[in-house]
This record gives sequence, structure tokens and C-alpha cells, in this order.
Amino acid sequence: MTAQDHTAQDGTGAFIRLAFANRSFLAGFVITVLIAAMALLSFVWTPYDVTAIEMGQRMRGLSWVHPFGTDHFGRDILSMIMVGSRNSIAVAIVAVVIGMGLGVPLGCWAAARGGWVDEALMRFNDLVFAFPALLSAIMITAIFGPGALNAIIAIGIFNVPVFARVARAGALSLWPREFILAARAAGKGKTLITLEHILPNIASMLLVQGTIQFALGILAEAGLSYVGLGTQPPMPSWGRMLFDAQTRMMVAPHLALFPGMAIVVTVLGLNLLGDGLRDVLDPKLRRER
Amino acid sequence: MIAYILKRLSIGIATLIVASIVVFSVLEIVPGDPAQLMLGMNATEDALAALREQMGLNQPLVMRYLDWAGGLLRGDFGQSFTYSSPVIDLIAERAAVSLPLAVIALVMSTAIAIPVGLFAASRRGKAGDAVAMGAAQFGVAVPNFWFALILIYVFAVWLRLVPAGGFPGWEAGLWAGVKALLLPAIALALPQAAILARVTRSALLEVLGEDYIRTARAKGMPRRSVLWRHALRNAMIPVLTILGLQFAFLLAGTIIIENVFYLPGLGRLVFQAITQRDLIVVEGVVMLLVASVIIVNVIVDLCYALVDPRLRTR
Amino acid sequence: MTMWKSVLAATAMALATSTAAMAQRTDLVVGVVLEPPHLDPTAGAAAAIDEIVYANIFEGLTRIGPSGEVQPALAESWEISDDGKVYTFKLREGAKFHDGTDFDAEDVKFTLDRARADDSTNAQKGLFEAIETVEVVDPATVTVTLENPQGSFLYNMGWGDAVIVAPESAETNKEKPVGTGPFKFDNWAKGSSITISKADDYWGEPAHLDKAEFRIIPDAAAAVPALLTGDVQAFPQMPAGDALPQIEADSRFEVVIGATEGETILSTNNKKAPFDQLKVRQAIAHTLDREAIIAGNGSGYGTPIGSHFSPANEAYVDLTDTYPHDIEKAKALLAEAGFEDGIKATLKLPPPAYARDGGQVVAAQLREIGIELEIIPVEWAQWLDQVFKQKDYDLTIVSHTEPNDIGIYARDDYYFQYDNPAFDKVMEELEVTSDQAKRNELYKQAQKIIADDAVNGYLFQLPKIGVWDAKLEGLWENSPIQANDLTKVQWAE
Repeated sequence: MTAQDHTAQDGTGAFIRLAFANRSFLAGFVITVLIAAMALLSFVWTPYDVTAIEMGQRMRGLSWVHPFGTDHFGRDILSMIMVGSRNSIAVAIVAVVIGMGLGVPLGCWAAARGGWVDEALMRFNDLVFAFPALLSAIMITAIFGPGALNAIIAIGIFNVPVFARVARAGALSLWPREFILAARAAGKGKTLITLEHILPNIASMLLVQGTIQFALGILAEAGLSYVGLGTQPPMPSWGRMLFDAQTRMMVAPHLALFPGMAIVVTVLGLNLLGDGLRDVLDPKLRRER
Repeated sequence: MIAYILKRLSIGIATLIVASIVVFSVLEIVPGDPAQLMLGMNATEDALAALREQMGLNQPLVMRYLDWAGGLLRGDFGQSFTYSSPVIDLIAERAAVSLPLAVIALVMSTAIAIPVGLFAASRRGKAGDAVAMGAAQFGVAVPNFWFALILIYVFAVWLRLVPAGGFPGWEAGLWAGVKALLLPAIALALPQAAILARVTRSALLEVLGEDYIRTARAKGMPRRSVLWRHALRNAMIPVLTILGLQFAFLLAGTIIIENVFYLPGLGRLVFQAITQRDLIVVEGVVMLLVASVIIVNVIVDLCYALVDPRLRTR
Repeated sequence: MTMWKSVLAATAMALATSTAAMAQRTDLVVGVVLEPPHLDPTAGAAAAIDEIVYANIFEGLTRIGPSGEVQPALAESWEISDDGKVYTFKLREGAKFHDGTDFDAEDVKFTLDRARADDSTNAQKGLFEAIETVEVVDPATVTVTLENPQGSFLYNMGWGDAVIVAPESAETNKEKPVGTGPFKFDNWAKGSSITISKADDYWGEPAHLDKAEFRIIPDAAAAVPALLTGDVQAFPQMPAGDALPQIEADSRFEVVIGATEGETILSTNNKKAPFDQLKVRQAIAHTLDREAIIAGNGSGYGTPIGSHFSPANEAYVDLTDTYPHDIEKAKALLAEAGFEDGIKATLKLPPPAYARDGGQVVAAQLREIGIELEIIPVEWAQWLDQVFKQKDYDLTIVSHTEPNDIGIYARDDYYFQYDNPAFDKVMEELEVTSDQAKRNELYKQAQKIIADDAVNGYLFQLPKIGVWDAKLEGLWENSPIQANDLTKVQWAE
């Protein structure tokens, strides 16, 4: 939320300078880029085939041949973590896209129209928020069957009211502003004003919320896969790997170590990125710094 | 004021009714025949038909909804298909594990988060702040079930100080029960504490930036007592809101943690009931959780209105 | 840290020895994996019910012993008419239900009539189908007349689903089971444990234990520590997973790998293309490497099988070499059938580890010959609905745990969708044969037919991994029927 109407291209250079001066942003950015690079790399190369089962090599410890060891089917854990990353990222991103794609138009519409539309949206939000997200995700996957696609839907649905709320709050605070009033006086319609003036001005808030929901999506996917309702074998996933590791904690604790660390590092990176973005984009905090 | 309370209450009730319809109809489309599940692969067709009749599965949908919803109002949650005992009894038995677990976790997370938040706010920008918030940043990123696995490994497998899972029942004694809930509560509490510590810190900083605090400081009041006397009290409002919401969240969060530790709580009950198609149990527990969230929200809204009269006109 | 641990261990040892020195122990905590939905074995299929109540709380006319043999129980003896249709049972006198009512012939009539009534919800109603009438001769004698001779009738009456219940308590057995056994029901703490204790004035040899608790512990992560700390002293079927070698090395425990009646098979939809072609099924059979599948089945144990029959049974023949592991042969067969480019199909897996873990190994093996399987995990409810009832599946993995159930291959419309008149004829003959040697011969023929037809992929016999305190005696080694019989269990002096 800036004081003046500015469009996205204004001050891009200044933004980049500011952003990379922010330690939180820098750390988050580096981690996120590294994880994304790992996910992309896994499409073309992994140390081993993650679907190849080698019973003679099961539950090996750390070695040069298998840096993170092997699992109970003799599969290479490093390779599984690499392939698992693209899976986590894909689920979380699509869930954010669903949330934004439905939530932002809804929120903007409610703010522009007011009245019963606004009221209906708020009640819908109340309703969705009343359902504990995890429980509902479990119900959804129990009905439609476990799998990555249904996990995406389950997580995505709960992103909708989050983005709707952020968009609505941002838009509501903009509508009484002078530059919007000026635009209205010039005869522009509400839709056009929303597209031309509101959206560019709330984009930064949405971006920050996006990284937060992205991080939450990764945690949620891991949780669902851990209880067996998310991504299904033979496709590796971090949560599923933790589930398999649990019963073997006595004999091979390293099985639980690396998938867990992968989740922590990814979520940490995204949260740092989000915090950094917020610091950079929120002028109030910037002034105080 | 009364008009506002009435409006807020009626919205709450309406949400509850819609939620009950959603829960009921969503679960009705769950594939799978509970009768077949109970009688297994060798069941004959007429035995199945007899059981369906007995369980009331042959009635029309609307009738079953009205029966069920009417029962809820009277505190009758129906009869479990698989356990053949009243759902309300099952819920009461399981809540005796989940509720204490959520309460212990809530107390723990508050006991950790408030001091850490205070400390960080009072050292704003210094090394202490950075360390505390770095730790909180880390805590938010740790999945609670992974943290639970690590706790099990260290305290149950390696040190053998506490059981790795299971619950001996309260009749085995208070300490035995609490001991079994200790690790799960820590696993639940820490990630929540990290969130709460961050909220506490930023709420405090917000309040500290306001005029009356500056005035108090200008009048020569020591920084420490400003923090304690004025800032903390005012900063408690957002913190309490989060706490209220977290309680509902913790109750739901017990689902995964109860599965990690094999605790016979509400979460395990729902999980088992879903896989066994014991729909009436799932419906009962979900409605209870949903209702508790709605009620907490209504209470929080009403408290807001009491504290800040401007909000009433919203 | 190590010092702490040794101090703790020493105290634990001291405590353990002091209690042991006082007197012979008469209590026992048994770990079970699944919680029963209720406790009435005549109204549900769940094995978990029988694993608590069979032989302990409830008894039938006959019972199945530790090696699968039929023994007298509430029927002291019986006579069979020459045409094999009329069974006259002489009942125990002086047997009582735990609520104090006497057991007599009326209870037998009530039980059998209830199980075969129109509104019966007995999960194995088929066991009682041959019965025409049940007549009370006097309080200690019952005659059962069959519509036609049935070789397995006495065995059928030994199932948990055929235990004798009293009219007074039949409706409430689900919550508060009342039987005639050496143990009576005490308490059920839902979600955690079920307690039984020695019954007063039992008609037979009283139990050695005064009290037994079945504690519900569903997973290795909890089961192993519970065993090591002594909280639980016996796991008749332990979910030990990869921790088993560690337990075996510990002299405090005895590990007994026994057999169950669970034939674990890659069930195949015999009417769905391309699995309706014998060559495709044979190719699968040639590809399956049973040793690797057993190694990956979650426990690492199991006996390879080549047909649908328990190796523990005296009529068993080893047919594992019918289609030896041979990838080239398998590829050739697939090519002959016209699938040199491979096959895409689905593999539906129910929740147990043998299916979910074993299924991944099976899928990896079949990929070698170009059969790409999409793994679809399903809950039991979905499995029963989609696979078992609607036959909407290509392949699935499941353990058939009913004892002696090769007859399912003769059933019309059974979910394998297998149809072979030659096999049906063997089964018909078996039904009317009561001579044991002849019956065994017929069983052997039946095993051979389905193995040759490669109806399903025959994988392994589910093991019974029993782990208990080395001082415990009298627990079953094998599991010919779903039961945890505690009637002979005692602590060694």
C-alpha cells in the first residue's frame, strides 16, 4: 500500500536494490532458488532411478555411493528427495494459483460492489474458516481417493478465502482514495478501475501472502502424504518418506532425517522470502528501520 | 449493542446450520457400503440387506438428515455403526485425551511464546532479538509430525524416559496419563509457540510505537516498566485472539499427532471412522469441531465489540 | 548419558526380578494390532473380534485346535448317521454362561436358528446354509439335520461365527459379551484396551491366568518399545517390521514365525482384457520374484506359495515351480499374446503393509517386462465396493485369511471372475466326500488346476510373527483360525 498510485513498472530498479539489501529476503531468495533448481534438475538427472527397487541394498547408511543412504526398498534417498521436491512445489504452487485465481476476483468484486455481495462473501469465508483445514482435507481425500490431485484441490480450497480476504481488505482501503475518486469522476467503470488501479496496488500484498500460502501448502502436502492421503507411491514425496521412516526409527534413524530437513529448509526459505518482501514493500516498516 | 449481539449470534447459528448440511451431504457421497465392510467378503446378500435395514440406511436422505440434526440439538449424536455404542459416549471418551492434550499444548506454547516475544521486543534490533526471531522462524518451518518423530527417537527410544506412544488411560493415574501426553504436547506446542512469539513481538512493537507510550517514556518511566505496565496489557488483545483461534487449530492439529503417538483421541477416532465408513461418528466429531470454531469466533467478535465500540458499526 | 541409562536399566531389572520372585505371575498383557469394532463374533467379519473372544469368552459346539484340528467343545461327543445327514450332539452338562444362566440344548437351537434366519446379520451365513432343521431331544442332546451331506460341517461349527450364545444376552454381546468360556469379559476402554478375567466355575479345566489385557497397539513404532520396556509381554502377531532381528537377538524374548491361513495373492480380473488371456497371466507368473516380494512385504517373512492353499495343511502340494522366475520367457509370452509394446493397467492396494509395500515391489518387477502399473491405494470400504463387489479392477493384492477357502474359485461371479468347469467338478465332488484321504486327493487336484491356469499371482503365505516373553508358555505357534487362545497360557515357574 503506497501513498500514491503507482503501476508495477515504477521503481523496479529501486525495488531490486532495496530487496537485495534486505538480509531476510536475500537468504530466502537464495534458498528458494536452490530448491527450485534442484527440482528442475531432477527432471533431467538424478543420481539413481527412484522407481528401481533393489532389495539387496536396503537401508544402507550414508556413503559416497548413496550420500543420504537408501530406504527400505533400496532406493537412493538423495534421488527421492530431489524428485520429491518437484512434487511438493507443484502441489503448493497449483494450490496457490487456485486460491489466487478464485479468491482475488471474489475479494475485489466484494469490495467494489459492497452490499449483499460483500456480506455473502464474508459469510462464505466464515463458513470455510469454521472447518479445520486439515480435517477437511482428510475428508476430501477420503471421499475422492488419495492422490496428489485431490491434495491440491483440498489445499487450494482453503487458500480461496485467505486471498479473498486480503484482496478485499486491500481494495476497500483503496476505494476512498483520491486517485480512485478521480478515476471514477472521469467516468471509468468499476471493473476497469479494479483492473487498472486496484490490482496493481494490492499486488505486493498478494505476493507476500502468496509466499506464505506457498510455504503452508508445502507443510500441508507433507502432512497429507504423511497420513497416506497425498502423493502416492511410486512417486516419492517427503511426507510419505517420513511415514515409511517412522516404523524403522529403531534401526535406521537417518531415514527420517533428510526428508524432514528438506521440508524445513524449503519452508524456511519461503518464509524468509515472504518476510523480506513484506519489509521491502511495506513503507511503514521501511521508514522505521 | 444488543442488536449487534443478536446479529452476530444469528450469523453464527446460520453458519452452523449450513455447515451441518455441508458435512452431512459431503459424507453421504463417500463411496463404500458400511454394511459390507462390517460383514466382510463372505457375507451373503440377505445378511447384508438385513444389516442395512437395522442400521437405518434404507431411509430417504432428507429424513436421515432431519433425524440426525434433530438428534444433535437434543445432544443425541446417534449410534456408531461399528462400535454399536452412542457416538456421544465415544466422543466423550476420546475428548478425555484430546482436550487435555490441546490444553497442555496451549499452556506450553503460551508459556514459551509470551516471554520470548517480550524478550525479543525489548531487545529490538539487538542480537537477542535476532536469535529469538531466528529460532521462531525455524519453529514455524518445522512440521509438527517430524518434530514428533525426533522427540520419540530422543526421549523414548534413546533415553527411554517416556513411552513412545499409546495411552494408559486416566485410571492408570494422573501422572501416567500426563506422562503419555507430554511428548505429543511438546510436538504440538512448539510450532504454535513460534507463531505466537512472532505475534507477541509485533503486537508489542506496534503498541510501543503509539503516542501514549512515548509520553510515558518522555515522562521518565523506565523502559522495562513501560513494557510491563502499558504495552503488554494492550498488546494482549491480538495475542488472545490468536490464542483463541489456536485452540481450535490445536484440537484439529491433534489428528496427525495422535496418529504419530497412537493416542486414542478424537483425531484417531475420526481417522478410523473415515476408513471404516462409520459416517455418523465422522459427522458428529466434525460438527463438534466446526461448532467449537464458530463459537470461539462469535465470542472473540463480541469481546472485540466490548473493547472497541467502533467495531460495532462495522 | 550412558550412565543414566545403565542406572535406569539396573532399577528396572531389580524391579522385574523382585516381582518375579514373589509368586508365579497370573496376569498378562497381550498386544493386538487392530481394535475390534464390537465383541460379538456372530455379527461381524472383523478378525479382531475373534482374536479377543474366540475360545476365551465364547465357545462353539466344536472348536479348532492349535494345528487346525476339530476338537470337542460344548459338544462332548457326536454321532453321524450313515447317510452323513444327521448329526447328534451330546452336550456338556454343568456349563454355565457368565451371567449365571445354564447352557443347554435350547441355547444351541437358538444360536443356529438365529444365524440362519432371514434377518440374520452373520458374516459367514454360508456356514449354516446346509442346515435343514435343529431339534432339541433333551436338555443335553441336539440333532442337526442337513439338506445334504457336508464334509466340512464339524469344522464349520468350530468357527468363531458359530459360537453358542444365550437368548438373554445375544442382543448385548456387542458391548458386553456373555459366553461359556474360561474367561469372562471385564472392561473395554475404547481405543486402548480390553480386559478379561478368569470365570468362576468353568465346566472344564480352568485357565491359569487370573487376568488378561488385550492392548491395542497398531504399529511397530509403538509396539517395539512396549515390548522392550515390558509393558506388553506378548504379541501373537507383531508388527515388528525391520526391528525384528533386534528382538530376536534379545534372550528375554522368544520369536516364533508360524503360519496363518492367509494366502497373499495378486488377484487378477480374469474377465478383463488383457488378463483374460492365459499367456498374459502366465507371463506375470513367470515375472514375480517371490523372494524379493517377501523381503519387501513389511515383515520380511512369509512362505512362498504356488497356489491358493496353506503350506500348513496336510493336503498341500508345492507348486511354486509351475512358472519359475524367468524374465525372457515372460517377455516372449507377452509378445506371443500380442503385447510386445507392453500393457498399462492399475493395481489397487488395500491398507495393510503386505499390500501397500509388497505392491510396490510387484509393480517394479512387472515394469521389467513392460507392464506399467498405476498404483491406486484404497481403503477397505472402497476395496470391498470397487474390487470385490463391482469387479472394477485389473490387479489387486490381498490376503485371503479364511481357512481352507479354495472353494471360492468355484463360486459364480466371485471377484476373480474365474470360470473353469473342471475345477467346479472337483469342488462338487469334494462337497460330498467325507473320507479324508480322498478329500486330500481332490484338494491336490484343485490346487494344480488353478496354478496351471495362473488364475492369480500366488505370492506367499502370510506369516504369524509371534513374539513373547521367553517365560510364557502355551501361546499358539500357528494361526489355523483367527484366535488368541489364552486358555492354556501360563508363566513358567
